[in-house]
Amino acid sequence: MTKNAIEVKKLNFYYGKFKALKDVNLNIEEKKITAFIGPSGCGKSTLLRTFNRMYDLYPDQRAEGEINFYGENILNPKLDLNLLRSKVGMIFQKPTPFPMSIYNNIAFGVRLYENLNKKFMDERIEWALKKAALWNEVKDILNQSGLSLSGGQQQRLCIARGIAVKPTVLLLDEPTSALDPVSTNKVEELINELKKDYTIAIVTHNMQQAARISDFTAFMYLGDLMEFNKTKQMFLKPDRKETEDYITGRFG
Amino acid sequence: MPKTAKTKVVKIQRLQDFLFHKFTLFFAVLVLIFLAGIILSLIISAWPTFKEFGFKFFISTDWDVVNSKFGMVISIYGTLISALIALIIAVPISFGIALFLTEISPNWLKRPLGTAIELLAAVPSIIYGMFGLFIFAPIFGDYIQPFLQSVFGKIPIIGALFVGAPNGIGMLCAGIILAFMIIPFIASVMRDVFEIVPPVLKESAYGIGCTKWEVVSKIVFPYARNGVVGGVMLGLGRALGETMAVTFVIGNANRINASLFAPGSSIASTLANQFGEAEPGLHYSSLFALGLALFIITFVVLALAKFMLFSMEKKEGIRT
Amino acid sequence: MNNSIYKSRKRKNFIGLFLSNAAMVIGISALVWILIILFSKGFSALLNLNIFINSTPAAGSAGGGLANAIVGSLMIVSLTTIVSTPIGILAGIYLSEYGNKNFIASLTRFVSDIMLSAPSIVIGLFVYAIYVARVKHFSGYAGSLALSLLAIPVILRTTENILRLVPTQLREAAFALGAPKWKVSLKIVLRSAKAGVMTGVLLAIARISGETAPLLFTALNNQFFSSDMNKPIANLPVVIYQFALSPYKNWIDLAWGGALLITLTVLILNIIARVFLKEKTA
Repeated sequence: MTKNAIEVKKLNFYYGKFKALKDVNLNIEEKKITAFIGPSGCGKSTLLRTFNRMYDLYPDQRAEGEINFYGENILNPKLDLNLLRSKVGMIFQKPTPFPMSIYNNIAFGVRLYENLNKKFMDERIEWALKKAALWNEVKDILNQSGLSLSGGQQQRLCIARGIAVKPTVLLLDEPTSALDPVSTNKVEELINELKKDYTIAIVTHNMQQAARISDFTAFMYLGDLMEFNKTKQMFLKPDRKETEDYITGRFG
Repeated sequence: MPKTAKTKVVKIQRLQDFLFHKFTLFFAVLVLIFLAGIILSLIISAWPTFKEFGFKFFISTDWDVVNSKFGMVISIYGTLISALIALIIAVPISFGIALFLTEISPNWLKRPLGTAIELLAAVPSIIYGMFGLFIFAPIFGDYIQPFLQSVFGKIPIIGALFVGAPNGIGMLCAGIILAFMIIPFIASVMRDVFEIVPPVLKESAYGIGCTKWEVVSKIVFPYARNGVVGGVMLGLGRALGETMAVTFVIGNANRINASLFAPGSSIASTLANQFGEAEPGLHYSSLFALGLALFIITFVVLALAKFMLFSMEKKEGIRT
Repeated sequence: MNNSIYKSRKRKNFIGLFLSNAAMVIGISALVWILIILFSKGFSALLNLNIFINSTPAAGSAGGGLANAIVGSLMIVSLTTIVSTPIGILAGIYLSEYGNKNFIASLTRFVSDIMLSAPSIVIGLFVYAIYVARVKHFSGYAGSLALSLLAIPVILRTTENILRLVPTQLREAAFALGAPKWKVSLKIVLRSAKAGVMTGVLLAIARISGETAPLLFTALNNQFFSSDMNKPIANLPVVIYQFALSPYKNWIDLAWGGALLITLTVLILNIIARVFLKEKTA
């Protein structure tokens, strides 16, 4: 019986007076990878950022509608945002290592909500780094600054940091667009592995990437959700003309 | 992680965030409180003078400690004239320096020279005062003042500016020393302002065959005009409030004299000289009244300067 | 091509550039002149190492040094640093992290910029009125208070400007983990801007180290060696002021020595600040 991690109902989103998302409805199935594709400005990142209420940091951005996270409406103003964000993790386009050692980068997030002694913390960090396919490269330099790693390594560090706090959902906002092809490959393999334990929503401007790794794909255009389907289905036989045009590269 | 433990953490976090917000807000507001406090305490301490002399204080040229008759005009005159002289000298020179740094200087010289100017702007003002008193004033009195007198002394009206014994110290000397002091400062600000001008603008002017001077006078300067004015006003603000560079060489005479060679007083120099010995009473409160006047004048000048600089940054789309 | 127009343009260009270069040469040489004088006169005074050992001499008596003034200045500046740094940084954090489109924040910025360039002698008057006059004695504490009022706006503004340069994505990454705002501000944002903030503090300290006017009516001066901050305390700027305007030669020599000391301190602090910042952000 498939369960939905996130259910979006009649979502409208505004940047000031500008309506960036128009009446979006979709469900994100748990422990699957859902990709969001579409041309620049279509609203896919905006949609992703509603899932952890990141837009709340900016006073002139607001959302109307309903977003249910395992049954609880996260657009409720009384909701504790920090709590939500500890369950819904986010990785950004540009790697964002904190100005601390690799060890502390990961420990920072864990220490927010858990009180682990050194032994358990060490274990958690090793686990997270192994899951992020970074352990072998950094296990001897855990005390070095996170900023001393290469771009691809930094991004995997951010992923390790994100999963170390054991969220239920991982939001990935164009996680490989700033990386070289080799690192991109490594991260894509990693995402495929993570699917077993986490629900993943990934925004990507790279259609081939979406086709490669996702189970479901949502195609968005100018704030509307144009089509949402199983990935194989969408790329083989899209329902709508706009989807087909985008996928075949008639506009980009 | 059990739900109740996490919610407890979250509750503590909410409290911590609330406290942190109020804590940092407090310190920001403290700055506002300081300003209000300064103005308030100056007014309170100066009040006896205002009560006694009323409006006359602003227009009186008295400054008689013995008979307790006080007026603002002598000190304000000194403050304004010395600052004016300083600006007349400093602005063109600073402009030249800023221009050199941005348009004329070879690349290898730009950084060291720019740094040198910024370091010079950091030199404490008492140094300029000492230089003025011990080195500049004697040379000024022995060579430059007689020279000025011989050149301008005979001309009607202007000649009156150069009357008097060439003692070296005096209003003109104070203005010149003040100019030395604010040149690095104004030059730095002007340099920063010139650098904001988009290179494309300059390149398109060079592209149609403009000479360097034309690019500067017709493109760079008009574009940066507000910023230049703002920078000059910042320098003016500094000059008006300056104590040490002026006190050493202005002569500290409690009267107004048309001649630039004569000694005078500025508000700051009056305060520096007389506050130490002022008895409580009208002398004391009049000094505070002078301080209040100086504070308000510099406040207005600096506010205008900020406005000018802000309007230039707005043009560039930079948010302060 | 119209030759005469072009010729006159070239002439104007030459004159304009010549005047600019002349202005530059005049300005720079004047300033270099001042520094040379300062170094030569001050250096000869500093060569006599007794200057660091003896206290200021009484009027008319020979010899002496600046030891008490040096110690007094160090104490005043240290206290000022300790007081103004946290206040300035915390206020700067408020402006950067909470102060967007916020009336109090805008007002604070405006006021802070004004106080940055306000006449320092008036600050001295203020501290005299609210503190010295009340407790009826001068003190090193009063001097520190006055200098703090000058240093805080500097630290506040530089801190805010540096913090604003920290990319928003870094903040978002921390929030995305569920971190509370205070942790994001202190442990992530402030930490990554550490070097810049320290530079701002160094520059503020350099600035107030050379100030004389605020100390005239607050810390005053003390002929003898004292480390009691609750009494008038000797300090370099006021000593220089009093000695330079005196008729005694040894006093004037000491004044030059003190002037050079202050200038060197200010310049070195400035240079350290610049090098430090460059190193850390390279």
